[in-house]
Amino acid sequence: MPITRTDVEKIAELARLELTAEETESFTIQLASILNHIDKLNELDTSNVEPMSHCSTATGDIDYARRDDRARPSLGQSIAVENAPDQESGFFKVPKVIGG
Amino acid sequence: MELRDFTIKSLRQKIEAREVKAVDVCRAALARAERLSDLNAFITLVRDRALGQAAEIDLAADVGRTLPPLAGAIIAVKDNMVIRSVRTTAGSRILFNYKPPYTATVIERLEAAGAIIIGKTNCDEFAMGSSNENSAYGPVKNPWDTKRVPGGSSGGSAVAVSTGMALVALGSDTGGSIRQPASLTGVVGFKPTYGRVSRYGLIAFGSSLDQIGPFANSVEDVALVLSIIGGHDPNDSTSSDAPMDDYLAATKRDVRGLRVGVPRQYYGAGLDAEVRASVESAINKLEELGAVIVEVSLPHTEYAVPVYYLIATAEASSNLARFDGVRYGFRAEEVESLKSMYSRTREQGFGGEVKLRIMLGTYALSAGYYDAYYGKAQKVRSLIEQDFRDAFESCDVIATPTSPTPAFRLGEKTSDPLEMYLSDIYTITANLAGAPGVSLPCGFSSAGLPIGLQLIARRFDEATLIRAASNIEQALGLDTKPPVISQA
Repeated sequence: MPITRTDVEKIAELARLELTAEETESFTIQLASILNHIDKLNELDTSNVEPMSHCSTATGDIDYARRDDRARPSLGQSIAVENAPDQESGFFKVPKVIGG
Repeated sequence: MELRDFTIKSLRQKIEAREVKAVDVCRAALARAERLSDLNAFITLVRDRALGQAAEIDLAADVGRTLPPLAGAIIAVKDNMVIRSVRTTAGSRILFNYKPPYTATVIERLEAAGAIIIGKTNCDEFAMGSSNENSAYGPVKNPWDTKRVPGGSSGGSAVAVSTGMALVALGSDTGGSIRQPASLTGVVGFKPTYGRVSRYGLIAFGSSLDQIGPFANSVEDVALVLSIIGGHDPNDSTSSDAPMDDYLAATKRDVRGLRVGVPRQYYGAGLDAEVRASVESAINKLEELGAVIVEVSLPHTEYAVPVYYLIATAEASSNLARFDGVRYGFRAEEVESLKSMYSRTREQGFGGEVKLRIMLGTYALSAGYYDAYYGKAQKVRSLIEQDFRDAFESCDVIATPTSPTPAFRLGEKTSDPLEMYLSDIYTITANLAGAPGVSLPCGFSSAGLPIGLQLIARRFDEATLIRAASNIEQALGLDTKPPVISQA
């Protein structure tokens, strides 16, 4: 089923993008075209294929990077808020949260 | 003084012998960047910082100290890699005023080796694009024809190296963003194996695909930079501890007996006839030098674009969620709530292509669609990776065109995103398989536009790429200086 304007509005909400009416319109068309091309993947039977979720290491085994749980130097509060559009006493300041 | 006449080695040697001053080289590079500013290769130049670094190198030379391996090498860095206190924008309005509190590992390694960073290069916004037309700071122009694109997303870096604004540049490659602009501007562009080079400090686009890599005007310079920036980094949990080879030594090896695979899927419809001729001619050169040419097949190539545009956009939708106006960058004003602050900040801060990709990625991951789209793409990715494993049973390096065409015109492909995406067809597969790839100049079109040959090797076999590329480079002996650099 081709993607609809309502679908696009829902996705924009999930993605926290306040799209204009023109964008919603053009994205609906562009996404439909791209998804139509993507449908090609259904030509392939992948029922017995493992998903590749990341690139494995050189030796082929999947070993997760680990380190000891020891505190290390970090940025520190004042540096961490240096770029904030609005900050106070080392806290990021944002508009009041209203409702849900 | 012409930066294009130096290599990393020759420059270092001349500085050490005090025939040339690093400060003068740095000034010449900055002057070139200013003179050719119409090409829009740079977003930020760090003049004082660079001259300071250059002065230190000259001081070391004056007191007779042995200089570090990259001493005096002028380097340009794509604006999606962070340098402490130096404005980093990722080509986006949403980071217009961002001054990072830390420096990328690759930059630290380069600077420890004596390199001089002169500035941050223009790129497609968040590395999303194939033409450098998606930057919030204006498009980059191709020095070979300023009505044409340099390629993307690392267009600025490619142009900086091609025009001698820098000796070397760093780019990032997620679907071809180093190799394709290298091809379109006539320079060498190298994408390492996934995990070969640390991504710490690279603003993430597609975390299972991204790799940082060098641009240079010679394979030797690429090999030298790779040997400095590569290697395990505890700050990047995806970086590999696989040992590094001697990349410089690889430039000296011959190609006798090297098996070169030619995959028919990369030579079909849509490939420009002049590109095909130039690439085939370069492959014939390899054969003349003793390599063995074999036909191979990468049967799932036609599915690479859809797989990529599901995986990369899904990962991007997640990676770009952090740009919300809270902690850094642009924040929308006059908002009624926190939620509308997020939505309006992102609406105003992101460009159109970025928003389109975030939308596609969000959709692919959303409830009810995850398995059909993202899950399916991951499975087909396995098939594409398997294609390469199978092909490397009968060959050691795969040779293809880098781009189906030479540089196209500004505005030519911007009305249909899909048309732009399909131009990535030859480069995307290496990112999906995690394999290393290089593009090097192999000729020119009848209109005088550069053409690139792509080589792909097994994971962690950068040495074979360097070996093959070096032989072709020497055999062809091309003059890759764009005419614009000799004009007043």
